[in-house]
Amino acid sequence: MLHAPAAPVGKDPAAAYKSRLGIWMFLCYLIIYVVFVAINVGQPLLMERVVWRGMNLATVYGFALIVIALLQALVYDLLCRSREKTMEGTQQEGAK
Amino acid sequence: MAIAIFVGFVLFVIGLSFYLGHRTKTSSGYYAAGGQIHWGVNGIAFAGDYLSAASFLGICGMIATVGYDGFLYSIGYLAGWIVALFVVAEPMKRLGKYTFTDAVDFKYNSRGIKLAAALSTLVVSVCYLIPQMVGAGVLVQPLLGLPHHWGVIMVGVIVITIVATAGMASTTYVQFLKGGLLIIFSLVLVIAVCVRGFNTRPDQGGQVPFRVNAKLTASESGDQLTVAEPGVRVLEVQKVAAAKASFARLERNSREGWWLVAAEDGRTVLHETQSVVVMRDGVRQVNGAPESKENALRQVGNMEQVCGQAEAPKGAVSPFAFLAALSAKDTLIRRWKDTSFTDRDGSKVTVYYPVLTAGSQLLRPGMKFKVQGSFLDRLDFISLMLALFLGTAALPHILIRYYTVPSPASARKSTIVAIAAIGFFYVLTLFMGLGAMINGVINPADSNMAAPLLARSFGKALFAIISAIAFATVLGTVSGLIVAASGAVAHDLCDRYLKLRMDDRQKIMAGKISAFVIGGVAIVLGILFKGVNVTFLVGLAFAVAASANLPALVMLIFWKKTTARGITVSILTGMAASLVLILLSPDLYKIYGLDPTRAPVPFSNPGIFSIPLSFISLVAVSLMTQPKRAA
Repeated sequence: MLHAPAAPVGKDPAAAYKSRLGIWMFLCYLIIYVVFVAINVGQPLLMERVVWRGMNLATVYGFALIVIALLQALVYDLLCRSREKTMEGTQQEGAK
Repeated sequence: MAIAIFVGFVLFVIGLSFYLGHRTKTSSGYYAAGGQIHWGVNGIAFAGDYLSAASFLGICGMIATVGYDGFLYSIGYLAGWIVALFVVAEPMKRLGKYTFTDAVDFKYNSRGIKLAAALSTLVVSVCYLIPQMVGAGVLVQPLLGLPHHWGVIMVGVIVITIVATAGMASTTYVQFLKGGLLIIFSLVLVIAVCVRGFNTRPDQGGQVPFRVNAKLTASESGDQLTVAEPGVRVLEVQKVAAAKASFARLERNSREGWWLVAAEDGRTVLHETQSVVVMRDGVRQVNGAPESKENALRQVGNMEQVCGQAEAPKGAVSPFAFLAALSAKDTLIRRWKDTSFTDRDGSKVTVYYPVLTAGSQLLRPGMKFKVQGSFLDRLDFISLMLALFLGTAALPHILIRYYTVPSPASARKSTIVAIAAIGFFYVLTLFMGLGAMINGVINPADSNMAAPLLARSFGKALFAIISAIAFATVLGTVSGLIVAASGAVAHDLCDRYLKLRMDDRQKIMAGKISAFVIGGVAIVLGILFKGVNVTFLVGLAFAVAASANLPALVMLIFWKKTTARGITVSILTGMAASLVLILLSPDLYKIYGLDPTRAPVPFSNPGIFSIPLSFISLVAVSLMTQPKRAA
């Protein structure tokens, strides 16, 4: 298995869509991250405020950034796979 | 037991490398594991690569000493994977073959890019190698009873053996194993912390009796300090501006020691501290007696008050209750800070002294990063968060892992597995760090050992396993870094830049020789940087990576006017700017042993200047070097 050369990568018809989607999802996350950093430097005392189950905003926002990253990643994969399937189907029909 | 588990694991890893090395016959196999690794395995191997000594030892240690500010590293490191997934993963797989240089040079076939990208890969890899080697040195002290430099040399030799035998294939499987084990046993440790619950007099599960620090009352008149207790003599008082505190050197029971001078309820009170004194003849004294295996610094850290109660409620706590109690306003935690000065006899003194901190202050930013400080202090913090966010997708040893899977879709899926595994681990770091902070396990002179020492408080078996995994963590990450760096030398520089005609066997041999040399350099640097927090050092490596590599990669993917010269200049500018700013920063001045206030650069994190500078230079040079259109 490991003797084989690196697998050749063919043309990906869904590449442009995935690239656009990636940028939008990146921007969404960036906004959430920027707000987090802004609160940390602008209003650090706000982070002390208890917001959920006795935990303060700093802890909850920190965990949220980790959970949102995973959720966004899963949504991105779902949308990419769906587009890849659609494009594959279109290509196969075109070939007939 | 610790030694048996450790030796067993290392032998297993070396055996695996020899087995895989026997099967590796091509340069594709050596540098990219043949591009046939399953995305699930690669995802956990990503976690193995990424959860380095900095994450396990450094972040836990930093949380254990400065609370939430250490967790900010976890957040920044994880957020960086968003850039890797949404911007870099699939294009990277489409563009390259073995190395980062392959990707940025894909369109151009430029000698300038090859040289700049290979240099940047080398520099970033070496910057990242230093903290890993420091972590190795830290681990062997309690595990094998060997001095720091032997740990560094041991890791260097083992890793060079692993890399030189099988390259990326063995590195991938070592990372997979290590990443998986690290997450599983960190979870075990967190469960153990929650089951133990709170105790204001932690005794490491009955192994080490809790020690109450002594307190003396004194009186001050002018510069004169007098202690009420008979037989106590005040030898000198030092006002330390950096610590905003005074320390008194007392002789008590024929033993000298340093005491923190504090004002409490209108009275002068002296609190017992711990100290390391290096006398002019080089003799080291710990707490007033010669340093020895029996006379070392005591482990510290405890809760003084839990939600307003001096006695903690007994029994297990849920993870939510654990964090809620620790962030409460009326919870008090005794942390230990340190400061250094020279005493009247010319001896160098480092004092470790207790401070009480409210939970609400501990679990919000501000203990390490001066987020309420000056404009420059805040800018420094923003700069760090920017570098952490953008650095992940620019780390050569992470980028080359995209070549080990068969397709762009596999690259994407393995990144998602990595985000899940790494994110979960980073949640655990908060519990491990805080657990160490309140369980009396912190070595005040070295925060890096917080997590393994926390494990030791639950018994030798868990300590042995956690230490072996931590050691494997260092082994795995160093292997990945050396593969990346040796690829830069052998593939990018020798083969593609210098155009040395080599067949496949010679290319592999060049990679192995490079691995030896880079491993040797890493060993020397690991010894020189002893004692520096490993997460701090990794933060700097992120800044160099984000400044040198990311602008080139992003603009190559998204801006059609990018030219070869633009990329070359951008990589060199980002790398030079970030390195110069780091080397002249206050934090590095501290490491050199110089006065940090004299550092010419007033901040420690260069990203906010060097990353835009790299982007600007790419755009400017690309616009100046556009190919002429045919008339």
